[in-house]
Amino acid sequence: MNAVIEARNLTKRYGDASAVDGISFSVAGGEIFGLLGPNGAGKTTTILMMLGLTDVTDGEVRVLGLDPAREPLKVKGHVGYLPDSVSFYDNMTAAENLAYTARLMGLDRAEREARIKEELERVQLADVANKPVGTFSRGMRQRLGLAEILMKKAEVAILDEPTSGLDPQATEELLGMIRDLKSHNVTVLLSSHLLDRVQKVCDRVALFQAGKIALIGTVSELARQVLGSGFAVEVEAEGAGLAEKLRVIPGVSSVEATGVNRFRMLADRDVRPEAANVVVGAGGKLRQLSVDEPSLDAIYNRFFQKQNGAGEVRDAA
Amino acid sequence: MRREGSPFSGLGAVTTKELADHLSSARMRVLEWLIVLTAVAALIGTIQQVRDTVSEDPFVFLKLFTEARQPLPSFVSILAFLIPLMAIGLGFDAVNGEHNRRTLSRVLSQPIYRDALLMGKFLAGLITLAISLVVLWLLVIGLGLLLLGVPPSTEEVLRSFAFLVVALAYAGLWLAAAILFSIVFRSPATAALTTLGLWLFLTVLWPALSPGIAYAISPPHPLYQLLNQPDPDTLVWEQGLARLSPSTLFGEVLRAVLNPATRAIGPIFLEQLEGALIGSPLPLAQSLLIAWPQLVSLIAGTIVLFVVGYVVFQRQEVRA
Ligand SMILES: Nc1ncnc2c1ncn2[C@@H]1O[C@H](COP(=O)(O)OP(=O)(O)OP(=O)(O)O)[C@@H](O)[C@H]1O
Ligand SMILES: [Mg+2]
Repeated sequence: MNAVIEARNLTKRYGDASAVDGISFSVAGGEIFGLLGPNGAGKTTTILMMLGLTDVTDGEVRVLGLDPAREPLKVKGHVGYLPDSVSFYDNMTAAENLAYTARLMGLDRAEREARIKEELERVQLADVANKPVGTFSRGMRQRLGLAEILMKKAEVAILDEPTSGLDPQATEELLGMIRDLKSHNVTVLLSSHLLDRVQKVCDRVALFQAGKIALIGTVSELARQVLGSGFAVEVEAEGAGLAEKLRVIPGVSSVEATGVNRFRMLADRDVRPEAANVVVGAGGKLRQLSVDEPSLDAIYNRFFQKQNGAGEVRDAA
Repeated sequence: MRREGSPFSGLGAVTTKELADHLSSARMRVLEWLIVLTAVAALIGTIQQVRDTVSEDPFVFLKLFTEARQPLPSFVSILAFLIPLMAIGLGFDAVNGEHNRRTLSRVLSQPIYRDALLMGKFLAGLITLAISLVVLWLLVIGLGLLLLGVPPSTEEVLRSFAFLVVALAYAGLWLAAAILFSIVFRSPATAALTTLGLWLFLTVLWPALSPGIAYAISPPHPLYQLLNQPDPDTLVWEQGLARLSPSTLFGEVLRAVLNPATRAIGPIFLEQLEGALIGSPLPLAQSLLIAWPQLVSLIAGTIVLFVVGYVVFQRQEVRA
């Protein structure tokens, strides 16, 4: 599929400091792509450049094949943006706020009213549509921001820290809505530092560090790269010599016995089907089989540990 | 690099929203009452004084605007004071308000240029000011009709209408200044104080300072000093410097427009008065001609301030 967002050597400098330093990535249509990284890594700056809201120092970025610096209105007409801790006019109601942005989008009155009603219902804000946004909780504002993107019928949704400050349930709801966007064939790019939360929704992620992309790929690819083998499969089965038989499954790097008839296998992919085959084939009794997916947190921590370790060695030398 | 699309898309939406905000805001209520009450107070006094001369004066309605009755200043001097206050009140948090409410990036991520946002805010402020001024104008004409018992002549209506236009230009200038400072300063309080400070300086201090500066730049010739007469060269400097202040310009236009007997603004040289009937009124077109450069300067000043604000705003980071 064609790339919906494409960055090549994208760079943003403030004076001498580089906020974004020559990054390249591309996001395919219908994908959920995560920009992950610590505070100040350059996620928001990258997003602002994609919307033409801040100048690009060097390199280029294309959104839907358009240059946001040259054709900002076209880009912004097709891209929905949920800023970091989104805000509305507190004295206006939810419906009024949406009506204002709908007019900025150039929707006519009938269209406006129909879409506002529809989208407020979709984000479950229909019953507070006529309450001032000043009375809204963080989660409600976030959902209102999402309604704005839905109302735009955007092909691309760019969400900056959509889950920050939300409780677990609100986060879950919001992630559900993001998946919903994907099912409507919207390409989603989101930034976050809450790794384990976004891991569940992202097809691919880019790990940012100090303005550079340190790693990019699917979570399991990253796990293989950083952790060596990312999947830990727990097997509980009765049978003779199971450990040896499990060890020869392709992709398995180690098997250790963690108890009576319990084994823990490390592999670079989910090897549960093969493990089950092996146990059954050996005439054993399979009692339990589970897998720990690689956690982005683990990848992230390990990766930056390695980086820092390397840094210290270099400093010492 | 040519930009795609119109810089005005979204202008209507921004203007309507801002206008609704202004018209319903508590701030606007306060300013309106302040203006109406002081204006009415000034008018009542003036009307009592003017009433005695109704029969002999052909421009009695214009007197309503310009006559002062102690201890209150005239209607126009009150307005000259309150118009900037109102304009600054409407503009001082135009852009930094959006920054501080963190709504700027969301609004600018819609398919509009920053031009539309800035222009819409300016237009909404200007329309609000225009509405208030028209209401005041109707108030004067209405009170005049009621209490003087004579209708204004066509020329009086035209002249007072010209006054309305000039007042709006003056208001626009201070609105543009306030918006400029709302772009430059992130804090609305700083922006308001700076604009008010500038206004006070230009209105109160500058007219007092400009003669001294003119004297230093172009000292009067000893001959004139001997005769105890002002040196025309010094006077020209003095006037030029004084005209850097918009309030001076505004005062000059008002004198020409509201007082048909005004034949020239500033120092008059003898040859200019040759053949003139001192004290006889000028036709409206002539009065407008006298005031024209001042009016154009006010409008030009507005445009310059707006453009400077525009340039600064274009370069500003949107993130809060
Ligand atoms: N206007 C500016 N002038 C100078 N430096 C800036 C400016 N805006 C951002 N920066 C710097 O650019 C870097 C990247 O900032 P950015 O906001 O993109 O990070 P981020 O990844 O979004 O962080 P966070 O998770 O905290 O939102 C930071 O080091 C920041 O200090
Ligand atoms: Mg950020």
